[in-house]
This record gives sequence, structure tokens and C-alpha cells, in this order.
Amino acid sequence: MSRVAWLALLAVLLAGFPWIAGEFYVNLTSQIFIAAIFAASLNLLVGYGGLPSLGHAAFLGMAAYLSALLYLKLGLGHWITAPIVLAATTLMACVFGWIALRATGLSFLMLTLALSQVLWGTAYRWVAVTEGDNGLRGLTRPAPFGISLDDPAAFYYFTLAITVLAIWIMARFVGSSFGAALRGTRDQPRRMSALGHNVWLIRWITFVYAGFWGAVSGLLFVYYNKYIHPASLSLTSSAEGLLGVIAGGSGTLAGPIVGAALVMILKNYVSAYIERWNMLLGFVFVMIVIFMPDGLVPGIRRLWARWKAK
Amino acid sequence: MTPALQISGLKKSFGGLPAMDDVALEVMAGERRLIIGPNGAGKTTLFNLITGDLPRDAGTIRLFGEEVSRLQPHQRAHRGLARTYQIITLFPHDTLEHNILLSLLGLSPARWSAFRPLARHAELYTEAHRVLGLVGLAHLTRRPIGEVAYGERRRVEIAMALAQKPKVLLLDEPLAGLSREERGTVKQLIAGIPREVTVVMIEHDMDTALDMAERITVLHYGSVIVEGTRAEVVADPKTREVYLGD
Repeated sequence: MSRVAWLALLAVLLAGFPWIAGEFYVNLTSQIFIAAIFAASLNLLVGYGGLPSLGHAAFLGMAAYLSALLYLKLGLGHWITAPIVLAATTLMACVFGWIALRATGLSFLMLTLALSQVLWGTAYRWVAVTEGDNGLRGLTRPAPFGISLDDPAAFYYFTLAITVLAIWIMARFVGSSFGAALRGTRDQPRRMSALGHNVWLIRWITFVYAGFWGAVSGLLFVYYNKYIHPASLSLTSSAEGLLGVIAGGSGTLAGPIVGAALVMILKNYVSAYIERWNMLLGFVFVMIVIFMPDGLVPGIRRLWARWKAK
Repeated sequence: MTPALQISGLKKSFGGLPAMDDVALEVMAGERRLIIGPNGAGKTTLFNLITGDLPRDAGTIRLFGEEVSRLQPHQRAHRGLARTYQIITLFPHDTLEHNILLSLLGLSPARWSAFRPLARHAELYTEAHRVLGLVGLAHLTRRPIGEVAYGERRRVEIAMALAQKPKVLLLDEPLAGLSREERGTVKQLIAGIPREVTVVMIEHDMDTALDMAERITVLHYGSVIVEGTRAEVVADPKTREVYLGD
């Protein structure tokens, strides 16, 4: 089948999914979409920029908290909060990127971790504003054009539309000349600067861009849960995203989506049967790394090519 | 006339060990300058300091009169400085075409375009093919670097620098590791570089190098010990001492 046929089939499946699946699965898929945007944005840094970050949850959590606080403290509606949240979180990414990109590699990883831990600690301890460990509750979902998103199917389509748009724009980013330069800075940073590329600026723009899409996933996250807890800002939350990227295949478009789906399914579905789902996630991750070291998507592609060649 | 490249008082040390000790150098526009010297003389370090790959400790570097020693490497590239590497530094998983594209993008405003697909920048592809044609690799445009021969990679190195239409071109041992026939091809290629381009070349092999340059600078332990025309340098006893092995 051609690429177009596959995409058409996928579109029909995704569009018809709420008609055939139960509420639990519709909700699970909405969560997968949100995790997919999160992982895809992280993949811009990790996979295409060669900048492994352990602090990407900072953007998801910051966006979610800001949205919640603007509603709870100021009573602002979603139409106003959403752009404010996106702008403020992107601005934060500007600052975080400026700090974290003083380094690369392991030091960059530690700086992103440190920055996100500052937010996590604040969310935990600044009880007067964040309610600490209780989290913020009493939130609502938006109702664009008068359609309430409290209905699982309506929320599903809303999230699907945003996810498709987000993934498409990120795919264009990766396939653009800027994306080519970004991959260049990952593979040969010194050569790239000798060729006239401003390596630092390329990385910083990517960091900010990834932060913006992280914020988009954070908005959807808080809309879905109608609740936000410091755990969303935690190291675990960042690591889950990174795990999804690596398990699915970093530096590929489909990889983070597949990886995010895997993590979400294990987390939500399997955890109903096995209490220690984290252990299972770890086990699955180790298996993937052993048998498909560059991730599920490239690994399956290779198997597929070998099978077809037979 | 302002020299294309003017260096004075250039110093660099690694952990207290001087690698570049008060080097002064002047290369006129359009000149072919050869830098020679034994292993560890600081030839590649000199290039790294000129391009800004390494920060200098002291001294000034001027490109056409403009002081560039405080500029970042990419800013120097935008002022017409290009280089090749002794150790081939290409993008091994990408095609020859893509390697040249990255070079062209480095100086093109198109490098900031983050939505339009790279494949739609037809003018960049046309130019990349033209440059690959110059170095005789037009038939390999879609081949990944990892799949072409060493000698061909050497030519891609040079093509990447030439694609930028530099004013000053630094060639770091462009003939290293090549067979006799390949040397011939690359020498011809270098001889064909337009006269307005200033070429500074490091070459280890004296015989090959001597017939390519007009003026020669001999480096030894990070200092210029002899400089002059071919005949002057060859005749100088210091050259024999350090380079030709007494």
C-alpha cells in the first residue's frame, strides 16, 4: 500500500474511533494524543538537536498550573488564558534555554533537570498559591463554539485536531532548512559553525520551540484532567516523556508518538492489573533497548524491510 | 593594499605549553601561501585560531583590515573565511548533495526558514549540483558520504569550502592520505581555484607542496622561523635544520 493509502486508513480509524470504542478507550486515546505532542516536542531537542533534556515537564506543568491559576484566582475564561499561558510558558522557555544552553551533553541534561526541579519544588512548597500536595482542583474544560468538551468524544476530536496540527507543524519544522541545520549541529557542531551557522542560536530557537509545544500539551493536559498536581512537574513526568522518545525512536517523526502510546497504555491499562506498572515499563524499555536499540519505529521498519525482501 | 589576512602577536598555549608563540603573518589578496613545518609545529592550531575554532590567548587577526579575533567562528565565515579539515569532518549519514546544501545554507538567509520544506529550495540544489560538478562528483550527488571512497570525501571537503565562494580559503592538508592519481586530481582542483581567492594551505609533503605556492611560511614549535619565496625558503639553512632533517 502506498503512503497515502496508509494515511487515509489511519485518518478513517482515528475519526471513527469514538463510534466503535468505549469511553475508557476514547479517554485513553485522548491522553495518548497529549503525551504524543509532549514527546514529539521533546524529540525536537533530543532526537534532532542531540540535546537530551530531563526537564521537559517544566513546560507542561507550568502551562497547566498557569492556566489553572488564571482561572481560579482571576476568573479568566479559556479564550484569554490559553494565549497568555502559551506566551508566558514560551517566555520561560526563552530564559530556561538561555541558562541550559550554556552547556551541552550531560551538563545540559543536569541543567534542564535542575530548572524543572525548581518549579516542582515551588509547586510543592508554595502552598498559598499552588495548594501544594493537594493540587489545584475545580477546573473546567473549554467549550469552543459552544460545544462542551466534557463529553469524551468531543474532547477526543478536539485533542485529535490539535495533535494533527501540532505534529504536522513539527514535521514541517524538521523537514525545513532550519531542521536540516539543526540536525547538522547535532552531528558536527564545529563544522556547522565554520560553515556560518550560529549553532547556539539554532539550539536556543529549537529549545524555545519545543517549550512552546510542551506548553500546548500542558494546556490539553490540564483540560483533560481538570486538576493539576506537582507530580506533573516532577522528574518522573519528564523521564516518561524521554522514555517514550527513546523507546519509539528518537530523531524520527513517528517514534515519539508510538513511544508515548506505549507509555500511556502501560500506565493506564496495565496498571489496572499490575500494581507495579513502573517495573513493567522498565522491563519493556530494557527489552526495546536490547532488541531495537534505536527504538521501535526504526526497528520495526528494519524488520518489515527484511520480511519484504524475503 | 590591505592584506587579506594579517596576524600579529598571536599566542596560544595549552595548559602552560605554548602552541603558538607570537606569530605574525601577512597574506596578500589572491596569494597562494603554503604553511609547512614538522609534526606538532602548530599548523592546524594556527588554522583553528584564524577560524575561531579555538579562542586565542593574545594577538590580533585581521581579515581585509577588519579585526575578527573577537568574532565567533560563524561570524568569520560570513566575512568570507572558509576552511577544510585535515581529519575529514563531513556529515557521514547524509548524501553528498546534502553536505553541500548545509554549506550553502550557512551563508543563505534560507537557513532560518522553519516551515518551507528544504526540498523546495530548488536554487540551493542547483547550486549544490554545480559545485559537485566542479570537483567531478556530479555522478554521486545522492550517495551517502559513508558509501564513497576516501579520495572522494577529500574532494567533498574542498567542495564544501568552495561552495561558500570564500575570499580566504584555508586548506588543511588537502592531499593527506590520497593515492598518486587522486593527488593529481586534487592538485588540479586547487590550481583551478579562482585567482581572487586567497589560499592558505598546510601541506606536510614538501615535494607536492612546493610547486603550488608562491610564498612559504615555515612553522616550528609555534613560531615562524623562515618566510619567503620558494627559493629563499629552500635555501635557508633553518628550513633544512627543522624540516628537512638537517
